[in-house]
Amino acid sequence: MSTTVAPAREISGATAPSPTPWWLSSLRWMAEANLAVVTFLAIVFGLFVGAILIVVTTPATLSAWGHLGSEPGRSLSVIFSTLGNAYGALFTGSIFSPSTLGHAISTGTGWNTAFTPISETMVSATPLILAGTGVALGFSTGVFNIGGQGQLICGALAATYVGFGVHLPQAPHLVLVVLAGAAGGAVAGFIPGFLKARTGAHEVIVTIMLNYIFLNLLNYLLVTPPLQQPGQANAISRTVPPTARLPHLFGGGLRVNVGFLIALGVAAAASWFMRRSTLGFEFKVIGANPSAGRTAGMDVRRATVLVLTISGALVGMAGMATLSGTDFFLSSGYGGNNGFNAITVALLGRNRPLGVVLGSLLFAALSTGGRYLQATTNIPLDLTQVIQAVIVFLVATPALVKEIFRLREAGASKILLFSKGWGG
Amino acid sequence: MKLELAGITKSFGSLLANDHVDLVVEEGQVHSLLGENGAGKTTLMNILFGLLHADSGEIRIDGQPVRFADPGEAVRRGIGMVHQHFMLVPVFSVAENIVLGFEPTKRFGFLDRRRARSEIRRLSHEFGLDVDPDARVEDLPVGAQQRVEILKALMRDAQLLILDEPTAVLTPQETEGLFKVIRSLASSGRSVLFITHKLKEVLAVADSITVMRLGRVVGNTTPDKASEAELASMMVGRDVELVVSKEPAKPGAPVLEVAGLTVVDDRGVRVVDHVSLEVRAGEILAVAGVQGNGQTELAEAITGLGQTGRVSGSVRLGGRDITGATPRQALRAGIANVPEDRQVDGLVLSMTIADNLVLDLYDQPPYARHGARDLAKVHSDGERKVKEFDIRASSVDDPVSALSGGNQQKVIVARELSRPIKLLVASQPTRGLDVGSIEYVHRRIVAERDKGAAVLVISSELDEVFALGDRIAVMYRGKVVGVVPPTASREQVGLMMAGVPPSEVEAAVAGSNGAGRQQDNDAPGAGGAQERAGTPGAGGAREGR
Repeated sequence: MSTTVAPAREISGATAPSPTPWWLSSLRWMAEANLAVVTFLAIVFGLFVGAILIVVTTPATLSAWGHLGSEPGRSLSVIFSTLGNAYGALFTGSIFSPSTLGHAISTGTGWNTAFTPISETMVSATPLILAGTGVALGFSTGVFNIGGQGQLICGALAATYVGFGVHLPQAPHLVLVVLAGAAGGAVAGFIPGFLKARTGAHEVIVTIMLNYIFLNLLNYLLVTPPLQQPGQANAISRTVPPTARLPHLFGGGLRVNVGFLIALGVAAAASWFMRRSTLGFEFKVIGANPSAGRTAGMDVRRATVLVLTISGALVGMAGMATLSGTDFFLSSGYGGNNGFNAITVALLGRNRPLGVVLGSLLFAALSTGGRYLQATTNIPLDLTQVIQAVIVFLVATPALVKEIFRLREAGASKILLFSKGWGG
Repeated sequence: MKLELAGITKSFGSLLANDHVDLVVEEGQVHSLLGENGAGKTTLMNILFGLLHADSGEIRIDGQPVRFADPGEAVRRGIGMVHQHFMLVPVFSVAENIVLGFEPTKRFGFLDRRRARSEIRRLSHEFGLDVDPDARVEDLPVGAQQRVEILKALMRDAQLLILDEPTAVLTPQETEGLFKVIRSLASSGRSVLFITHKLKEVLAVADSITVMRLGRVVGNTTPDKASEAELASMMVGRDVELVVSKEPAKPGAPVLEVAGLTVVDDRGVRVVDHVSLEVRAGEILAVAGVQGNGQTELAEAITGLGQTGRVSGSVRLGGRDITGATPRQALRAGIANVPEDRQVDGLVLSMTIADNLVLDLYDQPPYARHGARDLAKVHSDGERKVKEFDIRASSVDDPVSALSGGNQQKVIVARELSRPIKLLVASQPTRGLDVGSIEYVHRRIVAERDKGAAVLVISSELDEVFALGDRIAVMYRGKVVGVVPPTASREQVGLMMAGVPPSEVEAAVAGSNGAGRQQDNDAPGAGGAQERAGTPGAGGAREGR
């Protein structure tokens, strides 16, 4: 009912001019259901749910529960030490271990070991940032690009062909590889864009279906020359030569490579694009209200084709980044869940490039930390996936977080969710 | 039922939305609550209906103090509310919508459709609420949907019916029909509380009037004691020009020449049928007609918004052929467009006022260079326009959704009139606006004419057509029935809106029993128009959502 909106609006107008001390306003800000607070609390709550799961599933804590009555002190210490170990491992495995870092500082050696966790997190985050930014760009324009998987494969395919098919010195070769990755994804994004603009076919359905087409195209090409590794019966591609590989940022040992910088650069460019460029403005207008855009003279079809092409290009670069950064050859089902996780981090970052970067780093940290957790304790990787899921779930439902933590209604920076679904 | 509100006070933060409001509605009375948008009418009604709770004050029904915790209790005490935006399930039938929530059942919980239908028929017969119980709500024109809402309240045995801005979405004929219903409700002993900001309607239908301004009751009166002008100045707090004063037009060269324009909709119906019009520089051509007779499509075809392949004929602007131009080409050729549905076609509600002010020129200097926007310039120009066009906003960086309807329309007007224009196309430019904003928008339109632009105003409000038009064209079923000077009578134009050609109109009006004839002619005309509006895709259906 629109009728109740009026008073609320007038309040914000009425309270605005009264000056409040900075500490009071920042306290207020923290108690509001605004973006940063909700996201932070979602993470806290996700970790809390994870803690409960650990406590009720780990054999050590389960037996400790049994002795809670007889030996409460010892039981509680078992429970807390299990939790401490688990979250310690999550941190150690994704960022750094204080002991190895201390060792490196005191001896001056072992730097690689000390920085491996954070490097791995950055490696995992690279494709998420690129693909997530691409998907976020589509979302802001009201276009639901669910075709990340297919576009990522196309980007990786194009990068592989240019990788082994072209012989050049490293610098020009890499430029070509990067462009090829973007071009491959752009083609895969252009198809649903063109179909939507021409025939009205809904991009959600088209992009999902194209995922299967590209997945199976990859499978076919992998067993067909010239892509298939010669002399191999397995479905793997040729390996790209060193000139087509993205250089590591800190020398040999750490896998974090130029791809991470490319991803940050792309995110920064996308951020500028949406805030300052005329085309970005057009995209935002069309995303929020295509009728008004059309009435004001914007070409909605052109924008649809353009945004899906650009979105596809960025997702394609994600495929290029893993291929040239760490994998160097393609295999069946290439890209794994990156195409879909891109949707998640776009949601987590609320379609803002900076948010996507932070969301991708968090996601990547939980994944790399989770693998370490599984290796060092008996807690399965699935636990971190539950934590990831809870966080995303709560970020997607700010009203729930507001309810759980009894936050006040946010003022100016009130959270806007995707208001449109299949109709767009 | 006699309703008394005594000393109702409600504040939201530091804003006093209702300040000791007193209101008495006698049994069998039509009581009008009049006030500008934001005067606190809706807050008061929400308190009465149990949606909000008063900070202090008392509600009494037949002398008994009552408290409603929620709308359900209000309904049980015989209060019915018809909201401005209907609360109907579009895919359900009329009968299903009406019984929703208290379905009459047979044994084993089966729906007793027959009883529902016969009860609906009885009520609709008693109060002249003509609705087919088996029609699907989404197929009905807006007026009929409103009758369904009223029936819904009556089925729940409402003794006091609250109608919140009920005529905002109605055509003149539908409004007249609603008034008949209101009078029959009152004569059956029910009370009606009619909320509006339209003065003519208050005078036409109310037994008594309460005027609110800024959360307070500023006066009580009756229609025979107050004139439109008095009500307006009570409501606004200053004297208001109800009809904008304008000099006679000094028409120059033809600017807009429309010849044989035909628009076919996606069902193959000719919604605009060989329309030929001419608008000269420095004159206003007002297009009158019941909603859904092709005016919307005519405006779309002229402004480049018509679908390609569905428009034939020619549109010329200043001698240049612009038939089939894109919206952007039409805009750059010098057409300003104030669209009919401001929230759908005119504004991006979630974006800032400053951004909405440059929706048309966002990629042009000085607002952008080499593909990069100049946000500082957008902001400073926004502030200038907010001042120039008297848009009441605390900051141009606020989302435009935070503005009232009148100020939202001013944003559109400011944007469209801020570039050099040859032709202004304004569709329903003051629909749903308060008196102050109507006055402002009308003044701006006339000013544009006096600066030498050609103006095409499309309106289904006769008041507006007569206030603005230097010539009046009347559309019916996609055709221009005739063009008359503003000296023509309302009766004449009303008849033409029902499809009677001008030659016959003269005869009808000249006849001694002219008034009686008009009534006879009006009824079938209105019915026909409703039928049209009810078909999917026509203007009326779009509004229903």
